[in-house]
Amino acid sequence: MNLKTKYLGFELDNPLVPSASPLSKDIDMAKRLEDAGAPALVMYSLFEEEIYHEDAELDHYLANGSDSFAEALSYFPDEMHDFKAGPEEYLEQIRLLKEKLDIPIIASLNGVSIGGWIEKAKLMEVAGADALELNIYYLPTDPVQSGAEVKDIYFDILKAVKGKVSIPVAMKIGNAFSALPSFAKKIEDAGADALVLFNRFYQPDINLERLEVEPSLALSTSDEIRLPLRWIAVLRNQVKMSLGATSGVHTAEDVLKLTMAGADVTFMTSALLKYGPEHISRIKTDLLQWMEENEYASLDQMRASMSMKNVTDPSAFMRANYIKILREYQQNN
Amino acid sequence: MKRQQVTIDGNEAAAYVAHKTNEVCAIYPITPSSNMGEWADQWSAMGIKNIWGTIPHIIEMQSEGGAAGAVHGALQTGALTSTFTASQGLLLMIPNMYKIAGELTSTVFHVSARTVATHALSIFGDHSDIMAARSTGFAFLGSSNVQEVMDMALIAQSATLKTRVPFIHFFDGFRTSHEVQRIEQLSDDDIRAMLNDELIIEHRKRGLNPNNPVLRGTAQNPDVFFQARETGNPFYVKAPELVQETMDEFAKIVGRKYKLFEYYGAKDAESVIVIMGSGADTVHDTVDYMVDKGEKVGLLKVRLFRPFSAKHFVKELPKSVQKIAVLDRTKEPGATGEPLYVDALTAINENRVNGSTPLIIGGRYGLSSKEFTPGMVAAVFDNLKQAKPKNHFTVGISDDVGKTSLEYDKELSVHKGKMFRGMFYGLGADGTVGANKNSIKIIGETTDFFAQGYFVYDSKKSGSMTVSHLRFGENPIRAPYLINKANFVACHQFVFLETQDMLKNIEQGGTFLLNAPYSADEAWDNLPLKVQEEIIAKELKVYVIDALKVAKQTGMGVRINTIMQTCFFAISGVLPKAEAINSIKQYIRKTYGSKGEEIVAKNYKAVDETLSHLDRLQVPDKTTSNIILKSAVPDEAPDFVKNVTGKIISGHGDDLPVSAFSVDGTWPTGTTQWEKRNIASEIPVWNPDICIQCNKCAFVCPHSVIRPKVYFDDLLEKAPETFKSTRVRGREWEDGEVYTLQVAPEDCTGCALCVEACPVKDKTDTKLKAINMEPQLPLRQTEKENWDFFLSLPEVKRERVKHDNVKGSQLLQPLFEFSGACTGCGETPYVKLASQMFGDRMIIANATGCSSIYGGNLPTTPWSKNAEGRGPTWSNSLFEDNAEFGLGFRLTIDKHAEQARELLEVLRPKIGSELVNEILNADQTTEKGIFEQRERVAKLNDILEGFKSSEGKRLLSISDNLVKKSVWIMGGDGWAYDIGYGGLDHVLASGKNVNILVMDTEVYSNTGGQASKATPLGSVAKFAAAGKPTFKKDLGMMAMNYGNVYVAQIAMGASDIQTVKAFQEAESYEGPSIIIAYSHCIAHGINMRYGLDQQKAAVDCGHWILYRYDPRREEQAKNPLQIDCKKPSLPVADYLYKETRYKMLTKSMPERAKMLLTEAEKHVKHKWQRYQDLANTTAQQSV
Repeated sequence: MNLKTKYLGFELDNPLVPSASPLSKDIDMAKRLEDAGAPALVMYSLFEEEIYHEDAELDHYLANGSDSFAEALSYFPDEMHDFKAGPEEYLEQIRLLKEKLDIPIIASLNGVSIGGWIEKAKLMEVAGADALELNIYYLPTDPVQSGAEVKDIYFDILKAVKGKVSIPVAMKIGNAFSALPSFAKKIEDAGADALVLFNRFYQPDINLERLEVEPSLALSTSDEIRLPLRWIAVLRNQVKMSLGATSGVHTAEDVLKLTMAGADVTFMTSALLKYGPEHISRIKTDLLQWMEENEYASLDQMRASMSMKNVTDPSAFMRANYIKILREYQQNN
Repeated sequence: MKRQQVTIDGNEAAAYVAHKTNEVCAIYPITPSSNMGEWADQWSAMGIKNIWGTIPHIIEMQSEGGAAGAVHGALQTGALTSTFTASQGLLLMIPNMYKIAGELTSTVFHVSARTVATHALSIFGDHSDIMAARSTGFAFLGSSNVQEVMDMALIAQSATLKTRVPFIHFFDGFRTSHEVQRIEQLSDDDIRAMLNDELIIEHRKRGLNPNNPVLRGTAQNPDVFFQARETGNPFYVKAPELVQETMDEFAKIVGRKYKLFEYYGAKDAESVIVIMGSGADTVHDTVDYMVDKGEKVGLLKVRLFRPFSAKHFVKELPKSVQKIAVLDRTKEPGATGEPLYVDALTAINENRVNGSTPLIIGGRYGLSSKEFTPGMVAAVFDNLKQAKPKNHFTVGISDDVGKTSLEYDKELSVHKGKMFRGMFYGLGADGTVGANKNSIKIIGETTDFFAQGYFVYDSKKSGSMTVSHLRFGENPIRAPYLINKANFVACHQFVFLETQDMLKNIEQGGTFLLNAPYSADEAWDNLPLKVQEEIIAKELKVYVIDALKVAKQTGMGVRINTIMQTCFFAISGVLPKAEAINSIKQYIRKTYGSKGEEIVAKNYKAVDETLSHLDRLQVPDKTTSNIILKSAVPDEAPDFVKNVTGKIISGHGDDLPVSAFSVDGTWPTGTTQWEKRNIASEIPVWNPDICIQCNKCAFVCPHSVIRPKVYFDDLLEKAPETFKSTRVRGREWEDGEVYTLQVAPEDCTGCALCVEACPVKDKTDTKLKAINMEPQLPLRQTEKENWDFFLSLPEVKRERVKHDNVKGSQLLQPLFEFSGACTGCGETPYVKLASQMFGDRMIIANATGCSSIYGGNLPTTPWSKNAEGRGPTWSNSLFEDNAEFGLGFRLTIDKHAEQARELLEVLRPKIGSELVNEILNADQTTEKGIFEQRERVAKLNDILEGFKSSEGKRLLSISDNLVKKSVWIMGGDGWAYDIGYGGLDHVLASGKNVNILVMDTEVYSNTGGQASKATPLGSVAKFAAAGKPTFKKDLGMMAMNYGNVYVAQIAMGASDIQTVKAFQEAESYEGPSIIIAYSHCIAHGINMRYGLDQQKAAVDCGHWILYRYDPRREEQAKNPLQIDCKKPSLPVADYLYKETRYKMLTKSMPERAKMLLTEAEKHVKHKWQRYQDLANTTAQQSV
């Protein structure tokens, strides 16, 4: 009985990959994840904004007020500091993770424009990253921008990144796309080695007392697996690239369902933040126990067994599913 | 071997040698020497070793006195030890210097010579500090320029070991310490060759060691002290020869030859100037110029001033000399002459030249970095030519009182050959100075040109102008004075043209580079008339660029430095264009490389984009402008402000004669109101419809530019059309009273703290508040009229409002306004609040530091007075003695009040018992009570006017002390935690009724961000470059230990009401009070607009606990300690990492940053627990 899977060309012991989160900022924590059985690790994201703005900010404040007043020609002893500016800190972390861990390290790059930040993909590869996850969080707010134009941004960035590196690249997307199968196919055509569904965007909230928009962080729940579950089931037999499921993976049941829908890997963040890195080994135990009880020899055996193509009633993943739920609701009430 | 050419300033040159040749340095910041300590500290922190392969140990002390003590101790135990200082700092070292010299201990102190404060403080250069220390027994070796600084630093180090006489190596503050020159750097081999290992071992052997115990520092009696004191004489006799030997050795190794006294000039010179320091270079070039014209003149440079070798001095003078002028850069009032003059007289009298004595006269020049130019040198020679030369003269000023001054030619220019002379006018924040420093390095290090840069800064900390003076040429540059004939002028800020006549110094046919918000075609019509006239008359070549546009296009924001630097190289022709651009890019990488590739790329892009935006302006034949230069102060200003202050503001302070000034350093208050700086691009605009009249905006305003008033609406009849008012809120007001919140548009610095403090949001558009920032220019004129009208409205009567809340306190007139503090300053809101609450009876002792600079730096000062003419009276004594200075105020007031009460009793029958009783028994605990007492004392004074008796006159002279006065002792953390702590502690222990305000920025802000004992753990500061590893001192806890001291720790951004209460309680407490006020600061590396948010975060995370400890509460069986904030709830990191002082460490030393964060988190928890315990325990005991 085994939990093996393949993702981005890597043979993984199991599909329980920690996705991008602050856990990878801490080497000790990363080591605990590996010890608990994580088969690979997606690092926290390096944001386009970080590359541009943090450096600019540091430069601005270190120089702010200098050379203005005779007694205080500067305020910081910055000349002796060798700053790990922009991606340096991140690249250093890749190196460290590669040095301390044996599992594949997937670096994560997050941005929305074609620009200098894309160059950092190559630096990540040089620093030792085994693969890249490209996370594009583009929020279209311009009324004259069409859906096709928005999608072009994704293809263009992906192509640009693929043109820089020779390591595999996974594309992580949000769920607000029309014609997802066609979009996924084009992403594959543009060179993606995997597609990760879906990015869980943190939605802003309004603080009624301060009348301010605030970021709000809510951890996912198992309910949320259903959206990726549906789309992985739909896409599984339409694309060849690896498919990763993310959002709401908390339990062995979640992993089983997503695997049956066709996921190659099932990413986790909220559960690990909530229960700690050792949660991976608990899920592994639960998975094996379930498989034993239900006489499955491997995850490969069940993978995609309930994809749209393989289920008895494919319409369950389509509009019919919606009608069915409504009818059941009416009958029950 | 070819030595490395480096382009550095004098401070770096001295520090370079000191760091290479010492094991220990004990340091303390003081302008202009701070940078030497900073360099040494930085190099050690970077692991740079001395020539013996070990990293020197650098330690910051609590004062220069402390540094000297540590140096003395390190020397007495055999370490090669040095220090760096200036001015008052050197004076604080004097007691130890006597000891070190008395014990014949080898050391070199490097001093960037600075004016000692007398009638006023000055940060600039002269020899008054050196001269004050000349009797200590130290040798004094002076340098004239940056190359000499490096050379003499080594010669001094070598000579001190040979002679056993300790050395002061000095050079002129700012002029040499901050002048950037291309020089040849001494190599480690040079340094090693100059230092004798045997002598170093001997130095160590003389150190105290229990293996070979001795006793040094005995107390001696009349029988032996004198003889023992004379034992050192042979060392001083031999010293000059040994120094000359050392100079000769240096010449053999390095090639540059020096003498103790060095003559330069005509072999048959009849007139000779004797001078030391940077002025010698000015004389050198002027002598060259005059000798070429056939004049028989010469110069005697003094290098070794102590021990003064009369023999060498006389020997070096040409035999032909008939007249000598000795120039001193110091003043010794009451002496027969200044020190160097007296020495020269003695030397010559004791060693007659050819049997006849030349005529010797003495004069003063260059005090406080006053310019010393070739014209002045020529004037001194002219004076010598006279049959009866003026003795004890001054040169460089107009002394219309003592008639000491010499007339001189301001235009005389003596430079030879081709020389680029450029002046660059920049705004403090725009990077002009930094770019110019890079330009000098580019030219100094990539060409064979000699290069020099000197930078003149503003006296204000916000919106300041900088002028860079750059010279490049084929010949050595000996010009330690500002450029007065430029062939290139660059104006980096178009608005400067409105106020500065920057083309007055450009020569015929020169080049003018202008950054303008216009194209070359549009620029002409927007130039002021005078600028157009000068361009035409001087046939200038004018180039225009819209640098801001290029900066914005290339992502540079408002930093135009790289763009203007590219323009300079493109049109000055100093270097071939391609080569210049390549060099600029190399320096961009050098400067910004460690801060990220994107920053480098952005700058590269700016360079590449510049040339296509740079255009030559086709100068028309005729002027078209009617824009005239603005006068510095308005016509309605008082005469003194117009005649004196106005001249200083407009850059003509040098022209003011001696008679313009008071004899004792006294200046009128309230002068900032006349200096309209217009530095804000945006100002707050009030929306009366949604304003709740909380006055929080006015409360936090650092510059007192946003003010509320309540008045009767009938006064609105004459209001300007756009003047706003609204119904006043609150039951305490009468019908018909209205409220206005007004902004002073020309005084606002645009910090936006007020907008951040505004608690109101527009319900239909939440991005708007009750005040919002809008562009200043379109509002300037109307709001100026509104402001003037607002000022004409009567102030709210002080007794009508509550003083102990935020709203009421802001209806009191601020008597501290429009200071030159940084935009968004975190200190001045506290100062302003104190001035509102107690200003009309306030006397302030202000420690040297930021608050003494924005409080007392000319040309205009912010302390002001009310309509009755009352207001804060203010003085700054020193850095270290402020608490004691303020205590002195209290002693006088108490003594005079006591005497006044005694005299009231004596004169009771004549004055009348009723009035006497009323005065003696007056309750002055309220504003009303104080007002009534003032009325009574006025009545008393009327009566006393008629008295002829001595008692009557004496009582009249001190009767004002019967009205309560408020003594305030203010300063920063450097003063309170470090240098002045001993005095502060003593004053707290005195039980006297003084109020101490510590504005805690947690760093030495004024001298550029050095660590103090208030600096928190983990914070990066100079002298704590790797993050301070120790905790912040808990000054409040120490003060509370006395039990009878009122102590409050406040942060107005976290609790404004606690702040007001603390001020009110502290002042009302009849004993010592101390308020420790969190003051956000530019040195924290934050967006100052959000300074108040940071204050709140500091409290919310537990770093800064708000509390009040009021001993009076014990009498009511209450716990004297009240904690005024909630248990820490914000993660410490959320506070720290919003500030560059902490965050930078996470980028450079992430592991160390993490370790320090953990320590800081632990500390916060323990501190909170400690305070909780104290509060609770004391409460139980009290109950």
